[in-house]
Amino acid sequence: MSDTPDKPDTPDVSEPPPEREAGAQIGVDSWVATEQGRRARGGPLGALARGWESTPDAAKLLVFLAAASTLPFWLNEGDLFTYGLFTLLYAILGLGLNVVVGWAGLLDLGYVAFYGIGAYGYALVSSPQYGIHWPAVVAIPAVMAATALLGLLLGFSARRLQGDYLAIVTLFFLQAFLAFTGTANPTIAGVGLTGGPNGIPNLDPLSFFGYRLTSTKQQYFFLLGVLAVVAAAFYLANLSRTGRGWRALRDDPLAAEVMSIPVDRLKQLAFVIGAATAGLCGAIFAAIEGAVVSTDFTVAVLITIYAVVILGGLGSIAGVILGAIVINVSAQFLAPQSDHPEIKRWLFYGTVLFLVVALVKPWYRAAVSLLGAVALGFCVHAIVAAAAAPSWTAGAAADAGSGSTGKAIASWVLITQGHGNFDTYVYIALVVALIVVRSVSGWWRAVALIPTLYLIPVVWENVLAPNPATTALILFGAMLVVLMTTRPQGLLGTPRVEVM
Amino acid sequence: MHFLVFNVIDNIRSLGWSGAFQLLRNGVVLGSLYALIALGYTLVYGILKLLNFAQGDVFMVGAFLGYGVLTAFGGALNPEIGLVPLILLMFAAAMVGSGVLGVSIERFAYRPLRNAPRIAPLISALGVAFFLENSAQLLTGGYVYSYDALELGGKNGNLGPLESPVFSVAGNPVTVVQVFVVATAVGLMVGLMLLVSRTRFGKAMRATAFDREAASMMGIDTDRVISYTFFIASMLAGAAGVMFGLYIGTTFFFMGFLAGLKAFTAAVVGGIGSIPGAVLGGLLVGICESFAIGYVGGQWSDIVVFGILILFMFVRPTGLLGSRAIQKV
Repeated sequence: MSDTPDKPDTPDVSEPPPEREAGAQIGVDSWVATEQGRRARGGPLGALARGWESTPDAAKLLVFLAAASTLPFWLNEGDLFTYGLFTLLYAILGLGLNVVVGWAGLLDLGYVAFYGIGAYGYALVSSPQYGIHWPAVVAIPAVMAATALLGLLLGFSARRLQGDYLAIVTLFFLQAFLAFTGTANPTIAGVGLTGGPNGIPNLDPLSFFGYRLTSTKQQYFFLLGVLAVVAAAFYLANLSRTGRGWRALRDDPLAAEVMSIPVDRLKQLAFVIGAATAGLCGAIFAAIEGAVVSTDFTVAVLITIYAVVILGGLGSIAGVILGAIVINVSAQFLAPQSDHPEIKRWLFYGTVLFLVVALVKPWYRAAVSLLGAVALGFCVHAIVAAAAAPSWTAGAAADAGSGSTGKAIASWVLITQGHGNFDTYVYIALVVALIVVRSVSGWWRAVALIPTLYLIPVVWENVLAPNPATTALILFGAMLVVLMTTRPQGLLGTPRVEVM
Repeated sequence: MHFLVFNVIDNIRSLGWSGAFQLLRNGVVLGSLYALIALGYTLVYGILKLLNFAQGDVFMVGAFLGYGVLTAFGGALNPEIGLVPLILLMFAAAMVGSGVLGVSIERFAYRPLRNAPRIAPLISALGVAFFLENSAQLLTGGYVYSYDALELGGKNGNLGPLESPVFSVAGNPVTVVQVFVVATAVGLMVGLMLLVSRTRFGKAMRATAFDREAASMMGIDTDRVISYTFFIASMLAGAAGVMFGLYIGTTFFFMGFLAGLKAFTAAVVGGIGSIPGAVLGGLLVGICESFAIGYVGGQWSDIVVFGILILFMFVRPTGLLGSRAIQKV
């Protein structure tokens, strides 16, 4: 059986790992064999990977905490809020989801509902909505207990359903939650319980024994502390008997049950822990934002958290934290209110360039594709500028103000104005071109890359960059597919083998 | 919660039998649309044991392709060609386009994961669904587009022939488009059942669904069978998209998500893998939703429907017409 993952043009075919042969070996699962082949590679990346593996985990966490605690001293308040605070929040959320999906192997698509319930729970007990003002030290544990209880209830579905059915039931739970908070909004004691589409405003800030956390800096350090506690607790849980039980359950539920592991209880426990963590995050999020709205807990947030967990690697705590940093920082760079347009542009073109150089081997094919794309760009731009109406390059004038890079890009890429269908056509053309690039190999791939590499900036400047919020979600969706098909263990996860 | 119960009783009284029939009629038509999407789910699930999250979004793309053809020929108010060729063209474009989309999704998002851990293709499917949805949002600007189905084919903005009644029950008309949707769903179901049970290709499909490895040892090109299955499933979703446009009248980027969710449950309710089950489930979900809208109120309808579905999945996960699966070890 040749079960090697379908990769028409493996990048490191030119330099096979020295001591191993490619393909499956006798007694070794082919999935593992390819992984080991990849892992045995040399070079600086291989050294980095080995160094990473030999560092003790506690040291990694301490280094991360030390680095993270310097952040408030060189970021301004706004940047600390968007880049620092939200990264920590996503990291904690990701850690909770990691317990359910990464360790227990239960695809929970209702996770964001618990996040939302935590936020609404905090809003109900610490706002003028009903005139209840519990301090956070009481409110947060209460909210966590409530979400844990709901997690226990939803966990009953995990006892009976598995795989896809569980995914769909939990997704129903999320949809029901959204419908309940966003549109149903039942009236209780004369007030709309959830405030409907307006949500609940004017929440109390976090307060502990009369000490109120109101500045971003205080909230940041509080969240950092929470992250440290949660990460350490989950790390120990993973080492414990319970953690081993979860992983056994994930890898083969039937075998685990035969080994007298209490499968049902472990599933529910995973749900409870995930729900409580999400509830904790929700309460903190609500207190920091000062208001809750149901649109903060949509499927888009769910995908973002999944992207965090999967990019870093399912089952890896360090991976989740790394994933949170990458996902949140890139999402915030894309965000509409981002005040770093030049950095955004550099980041995008740098990433594309890096991907081409890293993935297209040997180097001269990458060079041909890149140079071809540059030449093609100037030709197309010159022809269009000479022959067609000026509106095809009119966007360039509006764009030229943003620095030298902007000017250089504008004289290379077609930036149109007022050609609605052009956007649709180039976007579809790009998707088709990417599919073609993926389907052909060798020199044909290098040739197919030339128009693709030109279409990427055209689409970016015309379609994606002006709509940053949607773009981020498109990229996360595409990333999930690409990661799952090429590197399912993410950046730092360990490869898994399904026993067939 | 007592107020809800009183509301429901009030609504049942005030709507009466005539209202109940309207709700039933709307439910059957809506359910037929769900059934078409559910047929796609059930085919793909039967053969790959994969919940194809993207199915609902393929449905959405189909609706937009149909809209694109409609606009290209001058729009509903003022079409350049006759009504029948126009509708046929819309269906052809939507079905072929969706079919190609489905095949490429399978090729690039699912095929590399045939032997991966079970959770991987699910996450990949989620990614595809999200990619399609947000791409559509980006390209359509997030607006709701109207087919102007009411006036389609009518002169000077009058009601078109699609809206003329075929027959009426107790003064409630049943229009051409409603009959058309239900008839197409039933027709496609029968066609699919014949395809699966009578043809050589259907035999290959059943063999692949039963045991992929053994089927490929018997000389069946299972990859090709799976590709064709995705083509058929996506074609059905594309057709459902155009019908949605003709019946409901609007199309927007997010419509695939909830419709897909409900259609998947329809497939589960009917018994996943069973073709008549998908249609039965679709009708039940549609009727259930329609009555929930009429009696409980629009803002509660999704909660009621999802609540019923969750309960159903608990009580009988194998569905109405499904067989109890024996887990092979």
